Formats: sequence, C-alpha cells, structure tokens
Amino acid sequence: MTHVLDPDALSDDARALSVPLPPYRDATRSDSAFRAFLHGLPGVDQVGAEARVAQLGTRSIKTTSKAWAIDTAISMVDLTTLEGADTPGKVRSLAAKARRPDPTDPTCPRVAAVCVYGDLAGVAREALGDSGVHVAAVATAFPSGRASRAVKLADVRDAVQNGADEIDMVIDRGAFLSGRYLDVYEEIVAVKEACARPDASPAHLKVILETGELVTLDNVRRASWIAMLAGGDFIKTSTGKMSPAATLPVGLVMLEAVRDFRAATGRQVGFKPAGGIRTTKDAVKHLVLINETVGPDWLDPDWFRFGASSLLNDLLLQRQKLRTGHYSGPDYVSVD
Amino acid sequence: MTTSSSPFEYAPAPESRSIVDIAPSYGLFIDGEFVDGTGDAFPSVNPATEEVLTEVSAASEADVDRAVRAARRAFEKTWGPMRAADRGKYLFRIARLLQERAREFAVLESLDNGKPIRESRDVDVPLAAAHFFYYAGWADKLDHVGLGTRPRALGVAGQVIPWNFPLLMLAWKVAPALAAGNTVVLKPAETTPLTALLFAEVCRQADLPAGVVNILTGAGDTGRALVEHDDVDKVAFTGSTEVGRSIARAVAGTSKKLTLELGGKAANIVFDDAPIDQAVEGIVQGIFFNQGHVCCAGSRLLVQESIHDEVVASLQRRIGTLRVGDPLDKNTDIGAINSADQLARIRELSDIGEAEGAQRWQPACELPDRGFWYPPTIFTDVSSAHRIARDEIFGPVLSVLTFRTPDEAVAKANNTTYGLSAGIWSEKGSRILKIANQLRAGVVWANTFNKFDPTSPFGGYKQSGYGREGGRHGLAAYLEGAEQ
Amino acid sequence: MIGNDRLAVRKTYKLYVNGAFPRSESGRTYEVTDSKGHFLANAARASRKDARDAVVAARGAFGKWSGMTAYNRGQVLYRVAEVMEGRHVQFCDEVAAGEGLSASRARAAVDAAIDRWVWYAGWTDKLAAVLGGANPVAGPYFDFSTPEPTGVVAVLAPQQSSLLGLVSVLAPVLATGNTAVVVTSKDRPLPAVTLAEVLATSDVPGGVANLLTGDAEELGTWLAEHADVDGIDLTGAPANRAMEFEREAAGTIKRVVRPPATEPDWTADPGLTRMTPFLETKTVWHPIGL
Repeated sequence: MTHVLDPDALSDDARALSVPLPPYRDATRSDSAFRAFLHGLPGVDQVGAEARVAQLGTRSIKTTSKAWAIDTAISMVDLTTLEGADTPGKVRSLAAKARRPDPTDPTCPRVAAVCVYGDLAGVAREALGDSGVHVAAVATAFPSGRASRAVKLADVRDAVQNGADEIDMVIDRGAFLSGRYLDVYEEIVAVKEACARPDASPAHLKVILETGELVTLDNVRRASWIAMLAGGDFIKTSTGKMSPAATLPVGLVMLEAVRDFRAATGRQVGFKPAGGIRTTKDAVKHLVLINETVGPDWLDPDWFRFGASSLLNDLLLQRQKLRTGHYSGPDYVSVD
Repeated sequence: MTTSSSPFEYAPAPESRSIVDIAPSYGLFIDGEFVDGTGDAFPSVNPATEEVLTEVSAASEADVDRAVRAARRAFEKTWGPMRAADRGKYLFRIARLLQERAREFAVLESLDNGKPIRESRDVDVPLAAAHFFYYAGWADKLDHVGLGTRPRALGVAGQVIPWNFPLLMLAWKVAPALAAGNTVVLKPAETTPLTALLFAEVCRQADLPAGVVNILTGAGDTGRALVEHDDVDKVAFTGSTEVGRSIARAVAGTSKKLTLELGGKAANIVFDDAPIDQAVEGIVQGIFFNQGHVCCAGSRLLVQESIHDEVVASLQRRIGTLRVGDPLDKNTDIGAINSADQLARIRELSDIGEAEGAQRWQPACELPDRGFWYPPTIFTDVSSAHRIARDEIFGPVLSVLTFRTPDEAVAKANNTTYGLSAGIWSEKGSRILKIANQLRAGVVWANTFNKFDPTSPFGGYKQSGYGREGGRHGLAAYLEGAEQ
Repeated sequence: MIGNDRLAVRKTYKLYVNGAFPRSESGRTYEVTDSKGHFLANAARASRKDARDAVVAARGAFGKWSGMTAYNRGQVLYRVAEVMEGRHVQFCDEVAAGEGLSASRARAAVDAAIDRWVWYAGWTDKLAAVLGGANPVAGPYFDFSTPEPTGVVAVLAPQQSSLLGLVSVLAPVLATGNTAVVVTSKDRPLPAVTLAEVLATSDVPGGVANLLTGDAEELGTWLAEHADVDGIDLTGAPANRAMEFEREAAGTIKRVVRPPATEPDWTADPGLTRMTPFLETKTVWHPIGL
C-alpha cells in the first residue's frame, strides 16, 4: 500500500537535527563551513588512481582463493531488477533465485539481498520469507532524484512500510553540482529518519552518489563524505541506469573514504558498487580492491554488496567450472 | 607481512619456468656466434633461491680485443656502409622478436635478477621492445637530429650495463647506438648475464650481420679492458658513481666520447596539498619498485611537517599490503635482493641509520630461508646529516625527512652531490612548475614517479652523470657533432 | 699609438673577479711582452686562492644569472657587444701587439670577435626550442625536456687567439646561463682584461664572468679538482697537462671539453658544439587527468 504526501512529513524548512560524529561536529554548522571542509579534503589524481587500480587488476587469483572469492561474491550480491516492466511474477522469480542461486548445487550460498522498486518490496518480502535474504528497495524518486522533498520522503516511508530492510536512496546531484552541499546532506539525514521502523531497528540506508554524473574523483570523495557524515550506512556508486557506473577508480576513492572515515570517527560504513559489473573477473577485482585498500573487515556482506543482475550467472558458471573441472554453459543456470 | 589475518589469502600463482631453456654454460657472443672465451667460467645464481642457473665466461683482454675487432670490421664493411633504412629494418625485427619472446625474456629476467615477474612482464620487457621500436624509426632520419646533414656515427661503442634492469639497460644502450650506425660490444653485469645472452640469440634470429652486436660476459676486469681498449670510439656506462669516476679517468686524454649514468639519492617532496593517497602510492612505487635497486629511486621522502604523521601512518598501512616472496609468483610485489654483496651493503647502511639516531620501522615479514631478502624499511627522524640521507643504499629503504616551506624543501632536495631525479606532489600547478625549475635533477616527476619512455630523455645532473638516454638526445650521443 | 710628446697614462692590468678588479692576493705579477719581446705591461699572476675566490663569486652569481629570462640574458650579452664595438680601437691595438698581427689582420680578428659575441647573444632564447620539446610518451602524461645551464664552468682560454678565441670559449658559457671562471692566455692576456672592463660596464652582474690572467698550467689543476666547478673547458691547457686535468676532473664527474688537436679556425660556425657540453637536460612529467 502506498502513501502519498504524508501530512506528518517534515516540511522543507525544518532543519535536520542530526549532527556528525566528532571530530566533524562543526563541519556542517553552515554552508560556508561545509564547503570549506569538503573542498579541503585531499584531491585525487585521476591518472594515479587509475594506475593503482590497474596494478591491483594484475593480481592472479587462482584455485582455492578463486573458489573462496566466488562464494564470497555470491553471498554479497544484491540481486536486482529495476525495470518499468517489473511485475509481481518477475519479482517472485528473482526471489526464488536469490534463495537458491544454483539449481544444480544446494551448497551454493544464497545472495545477500533482492533489490526492487519500493512498490514491489512487499512482494519480495513475502517471497523471501525467513530465508535470510534481505529486501532492498530503491527510493527517493530513483533514479533521477528529481522530485520534491516531501515526495521523496513519502517514497521512502512507503518502501519501509512495504517491508524493505534496506533503502537505496539517490542524492540530489543538481544540488551537489551547484554547490548546495548542505542541502544534499540534510536530505540524507531526513531520509535516514524516514527509515525508522516502529518495531525494529531502522532500515539500512545506502546512499547512491551516481558517480557517473559527478564525473571527477574529487567530487566522488566529497560526495562520499557528505553521505557518511549524514549517517548513511553504505555508500553506493550508481543507480545502474547510466554509464559509467561502478568503475574501479571510483571504487578505490570510495573505499579510501570509508577507510578514512572509520579511522577518524570509529564508525564503519559499507560500500556497494552497482552497474557494469558483469563478470566474475570484475567481481574478483573488486574483492582484491577491498582486500588491499580497506582490509578484510569489509570482506563481508554486512559491509560490501554488489549491485548486479547478470553477474550472478557468471559467478555460478565459474563456480560450476571449479567444481566439475570443465567449462559450463548458459543452460546450466536459470534466467531470472 | 600481509593478509595473515585476511580470509582472502592469495593462493600461489607461479609463472611457469618451462618456457625458458637455460643451457648449462654459455660462451661469448662474438662476430655473430657463440665462441669459447679464454678466461675462467663463473656461475650465475638465482638470488631468490641461491640455485646456480648456469656458468658463463669471464671475457679476457684477448676476448675483448677479438670482439672489438669484430665490431670494427662490421662497422667498416657491413653496418657502416649499409643503407640507413635497412639498419632501421633490422632494429624493427629485433623489436618484434622481443615482443614475440616476451614471456621467455620476462621469466628469465626474474630468475636471474630476482625481480617480480609482474615487473619484468609489465615493465622491463615491454619498455625494452619499445626502445628498439623507437630507435628503429630514427635510423633513416639522422638528417633531422639537429647535427647537420649526414652526421656520422662514432664507430665502435663499448657499453657496460648494471644488474638492476638487465634487458632494459641493454636496450637503452644498443638501440640508439645501432640506429646511429655504430656497432657495439656490450658487457652485461656480472650477476645478470642471461637476458643479454638470450638477446644474442634474437640477434641471430633477426639475421643481424655478424659483429654488429657482441656480448661479452664478465666482471670488473672485463669492463675495464673494454673501456680502455684503444679501438673503442665511444664508451657508455651505467652503474655506480665510483666506477663512473674511474671510467672518466680512464678515457682522459683520449678521443673517446663518454656518457655516464650513475647513482642517485632522489628526494620525493610531498606538500600538504598533495593528493595524499596517490602520493603514498608514488612514494611506495618510488622506493620499493624493483626492490629499491633503481638509480632514480625516491629514497628520501621530504614531507611537509604538518602532514608528516598522517603520511607516515598511511605509508605503514600501505606497506603492510606489499607481498615479498617468490619472484616467479605473479602476485609478488617485492622480490629478492640481487646478490649477497648488495644485501650486506643494505644491512650495513641500515644499521648505520639506527646507530645515527633514526627510527627504523619494518612490517612483520616472513622471509624465505634461502636467497637474499630484505623487508621494506622506513627510517623516520632522519636529518640531512645522516648517512642514510646522503649515501645511496640501493635497496628497499626509505629515509623520511621533513620541511616547513617550499624553499626549505628545495634546499634539502638539492643538498646532495647527486642529481638524477626528484618527485613533487602538490595539487597546485604553479608550485609544481616553480619547484621543478629549482630542482637540480635531470628527471622531475610531478604527481607521479618512476615513469620511463623511449621518447623521454633520462640522465643526471652533477655526480649522477652526464649525457641523456632516450629521445633525440640519446641518439645524438652516438653521432659526431654532438658533444660528450 | 699617438705620435706626439705626450706621456701616456699607462693602463694597469688586474684580475676581474666578482665585478671588481683586484690584484692577485699573492701579490704576484708577470711581464707581458709583445710578439717581438718588448715590454707591454705587468699582468697580475692569479693564484689558486684567486681561482678559489672566483669560483665562489661565480657560484654566488649563478642563481641570478640563470634565473634571468633568456630574453634578458640576450639583451645583456648584446650590450656587451655594443661596448666592445666602442672599444674597437683599443682591442685592435692589443691584439696586434700581442699576436704580432698587421693592423688589417687584427681588425679582422676583432670584427669577428664582436660578431661572434653577437651571434651567441642571439642564441639565449632559442636553445630551448632547438634542444628541448615535448616528448610524446606512451601514456597520459605531459612530458617535456628543457636545457638548463650546468652551473659554474671553468675555462682555460686559448693561448694563441687572444680575443676571438677567448670570445669563442666564453660567450657560449654565458649565453647558456652558466657563470664562468676564465684563465686567460698566459702570454697574450691584455685583450682579456679589456674585455673584462667591457663586461664590468655592460650590465653583466658581478661574478657572472671572472677573468684571471695567469698560467693555465698552474691553475688548471685547482679548477679541475674543485668540487664546486661543474664543467671545464680545457681548450687552452698545455698539451702535456690536458690528460691529467681531465683525469682530475673525473673525480667530481665534471663535464669536460677536451682541447682540440690543432688550432681551430675560430671564424668557422661552431654550431651548438660549445654550448651543449655545459647544458643539462631536465625532463619533467605530469599526469593529464581530471
């Protein structure tokens, strides 16, 4: 059931009540203070970041480490369908796959979550039962984020009420690119509040930066910090609706941001790349990136997710090859 | 040293040795074929395992003479009179062969030198091929070098190269010499002869005329005999400043042209507005790439005092993810130290560093029992007066000094008798250009480090040597009409 | 010479160091005669301490001289040629007397010397274009090389050609932005001192060029071994000492120009051959990215 324009929603005028953890308490006290803070973060040299990523891409992950990586990657997938044509039937089919990805092998781990539009979150919740697979819903006028605050917050509340455990919101890129950083921040704070659940802990909030629209890595770093200071539980690269989406240099910068944030505040924030991750090779590169940038604390579905759809089948095919010793084929995995 | 508590342990990923075929012994490559030398044989050892790989010959004075005469004949009868375009075509063939046999060369280099296969595969061999490609294209364009029309080659070049990038240093020497119309006699380093000997095979496969390239294995005595031979017109040396001095003395009063590429103690300067994560990466690349066996290594970190603690902490964290181990494992970042001698020198200077009051830090590191190994090391609280800030260590040891202002950074960076390279890290363009202007170094890397290219001239100021390799300058060094 | 009864006020010939004209700290002088053996003057006989002081002066002047724009340096050097032109007669007299040349041969030598100086003045702002440039590296980097002066250059000036030869070895050192310590021709030092007077009155900062009259054989060793001298031109070194000087210079990896086997034709186009030995090449890399 959906609600429109909840009359109890905070008005646009109301300032967010939340403040960031020390030592950044006063970074958000004003527009100019926040700007100075964000612009004072160290810059990112694009060529250097790309070179580091390329070098990490040469890691050779074979045999036992490859098997571990595949199983781990599967357990980190947010199996996603975000199409206008999505129906309850489609969502149920996806949920079944999420619970048991490999019809030929029950030892295959289940994925972390199913990710759908908010209005279908209820269908997913029911289909997933007590399998342990979470329900993630996109909200806040995904993917563009172009709607009023009230509409966006209503979108969030609907999804939460429908049963979403996790909310994937989009930041206001227009506000970011025109320098209204505090607006971006306050909206995230408001969304986090809207994630509250009466009889459970708040829904997990993933903040999508849509890095393809931010373009520069400096912007990616700044947007990451806004999201973390505002209380996001995860920072996420993209909506998957445009290209470029989850590139490795972007991942590098965002992982450095979560690393630095934890070092400074003690709070751990998760990371989710989404869009453009299609092959096992891509997935393994991400795991290597995590391993050597932020370390093993993030090698866990609670702190890292892949936002993907076709990736799962490639992981399954690779898994089957390791198991059977020969290359597998598309008939051995299901269409969702 | 890494990932001992990570669930993501990388399984061994060894590159196969089966692609190389090392003979039990090798002779000297003179006048187009392998011949027995008249000197003693000596072993070449794998520094990661101390296994003897093969035996090579220490070329005697008579062998040197024989090679120089072969080179002279080739210069006068075949290579010199040849059409320039054809010389170029031979060089193109060699470049292609290096690419075709790239994997073989990379594995052989790692076995003989101890450097990780990832480096020899991704850096050494591709760059060596690129040098041959680049100079192949110059061979028939000498009129445009800027030395007038039809500048003449010098004749026979005697070339002595070091052990840190054996194949690449060979390419840096042989390619321009041949493109300019000279013939060469080259002596690879005593501890790393194998890729030079494989290169001799490539010359044969390319049908390079006999005597154009001659390879003489040997040690200091062979090098001396080559440099001092009367019929050598040009001497090119890359190695230590100490030996460079003695070579410069040896050619005094002769008409031999000389270029030297010697040691360094480069300063890597990090300003408070640097892109910190990339700067840390650049520092690590600067001193731990190739185990620090690099003349242009960023062995002194000059970090702005205000960000010292943050940078050192980041460095320590980053170093914790470096993998030391089997050079043939594709995931190894840091390989073996090249020889027992070099390891002893590194240890000695490190001990001096501590004795002089600097603080030593090394990550917890499991090193293999056999072979020559040293963990990446950082010294903090280093001052300009310390020996570890002045002497070239040539190992994976970083000395960290601080500065307060740009002027102080430049003064400290230039306060050395060396002048090969330097690094600058800052997001401010005008500052980078200003500091680059003021640094007395032949190569300045700004917001990057350890980048090489055949088109980009490389060489030092002051006691890091004279002359440049790469680009038009590298070619001019082998032609009449340029100086030195 | 002016043919009348007036008693000439004789010129004294001293060293030129750091923009001033001191006598040798050793107090020594030596007799300079013309080509026929007639007394011309007592010239200061520079000592190793004078050489030492000159190196200090040259090092001190290097920062400012090399830091000037190439255009400024060119203008300063051109002015030197203007002032040389003004001293044409004096130069002709000294060259003729010292080298035993006819008036017309002396004039030709002086003309060539001034023209050679002008030629080098025009090079200051062109070296970077000819010797430097962007390097098309195989990666996203802006990579360029530029020539830079090496530092303090010691010059043992030719013994025979006392002005044209001197100009031919000194002008390229200055045009490239280096500073110089010159040991003049021993037997024919007078045009060098006059040239020093020209330098002193031409906006050339003190210490950029230092001219020491004296014996290259004596001073060559001190300059070749001096650790604060970056390069040395051995053109005027006595034949039996040149190799030894080169060996001494090797101890500090100096850039060395060897003496020619035979007396060069100083009027021939020297190209870049006297400039490139004292130029370093600096190559700079910077990433190109967002």
